[in-house]
Amino acid sequence: MDLGVDWAVQWLTLSARLMSEHREELIALDRAIGDSDHGENMDRGFRAVIEKLGQTPPETPGAALKLAAMALMSKVGGAAGPLYGTAYLRAATSLGELAEIDAAALAGALTAARDGIVARGKAELGDKTMVDAWSPAVEAADEVLADGGDAVAVLAAAAEAAEVGAVTTDPLIARKGRASYLGERSAGHRDPGAVSSALLLRAAATAAGFPEGSAE
Amino acid sequence: MTVGLVVVSHSRKIAEGAVELAAQMAPDVKFYAVGGTADGRIGTDLEKTIAAFESGLTEASGDGLVVLADLGSAVMTAESATEFCTEPDKVLLADAPLVEGLVAAAVATQGGALAAAVKAAAESVRFGPETAFDAAGSPPSQGKGEPAESGEFELINPMGMHARPAAKIAGGLAGLDVEATVNGVDGTSVMELMSLAVGQGGKLKVEARGKDSSKAVDYVRRLVEQGFGEI
Repeated sequence: MDLGVDWAVQWLTLSARLMSEHREELIALDRAIGDSDHGENMDRGFRAVIEKLGQTPPETPGAALKLAAMALMSKVGGAAGPLYGTAYLRAATSLGELAEIDAAALAGALTAARDGIVARGKAELGDKTMVDAWSPAVEAADEVLADGGDAVAVLAAAAEAAEVGAVTTDPLIARKGRASYLGERSAGHRDPGAVSSALLLRAAATAAGFPEGSAE
Repeated sequence: MTVGLVVVSHSRKIAEGAVELAAQMAPDVKFYAVGGTADGRIGTDLEKTIAAFESGLTEASGDGLVVLADLGSAVMTAESATEFCTEPDKVLLADAPLVEGLVAAAVATQGGALAAAVKAAAESVRFGPETAFDAAGSPPSQGKGEPAESGEFELINPMGMHARPAAKIAGGLAGLDVEATVNGVDGTSVMELMSLAVGQGGKLKVEARGKDSSKAVDYVRRLVEQGFGEI
């Protein structure tokens, strides 16, 4: 099954719902190792995304993601704004004018998004950042693609791997962003950016029709 | 050809304050202060940053913009804005401390430096007194042979070597074809000159090498004799 603009809009809509539902959880995670604004910032950013979607309905999945990128970069205010903004923008560029996205295009867009986050944040796997959710997600997506899976299966695998990746940040010592100021005291807390990334990828799989909460 | 200077901060007050300070030493330079989110909170705003870049590219500049940013996400916002603006090649992001880097960049711009040199001036700023010396602990002027021209002048202005005199010396020397040191530090670095902390009655020793050596020594002599216009 290929995915069109309805999927992209549904993805962003579900993302906004999840950011609102998990707002307090993200704030609590960020309070432990950051400046406790991640939940609020993401909620505000995705509200802006929804508002823009209402004003100018996009015609392609790429256009929807580009719109999201601009809204997030302007409204989030913290580091997550440029990071997610770059991710969505690179994904949009990778998709181009495609009306329907197949598994290969989707895996390519996920890779572009991850590479954008790495380039903008200059973080590597193991730095206790959102890269620790995105990199396993991209690897899992590529494996499913190689095995002949469809776009929905690619998203399901990416979402599951991102959730596992977020959990693996628990014992890590942060080497990027404000959490890095804490040094060893950052160990024992889950990275809020990795958690929000896993939620966004879960929203992508759910929007594609993959049953919520059973991404394993 | 001039260079515009952009400050991207999480705080509107920091951006405006840094510009206010640097403008004291560089009255002809065009500054753009970007700080805080559109609704007045602490944070960075991509649209505002892009708008400032575009204004700078059209109004201020023939040679481009040099950008200084404060904390991590302001740097990322500045990078993103560069990616989105119409002439990304003309926007240079300096890896420098915001206030000190901006002052150094402003003085270099006032002295007529082009964008790459302005960026380098911002990035040459270092903290602490060790900058005046190399790893062996000797002043950088040593080992280059005798200077072409030199002179030693006593400061007569009450405030001694503070920010504005340092900016005047650095700005003037930057416009000359000369390598000049003042008490062993780079004469074109406003920060290094200020870090000398020479008070009234203290002495400045100028050593110059290059085509404009005598002009350079003469320039500093005149500034010192006139008390930098402060007496």
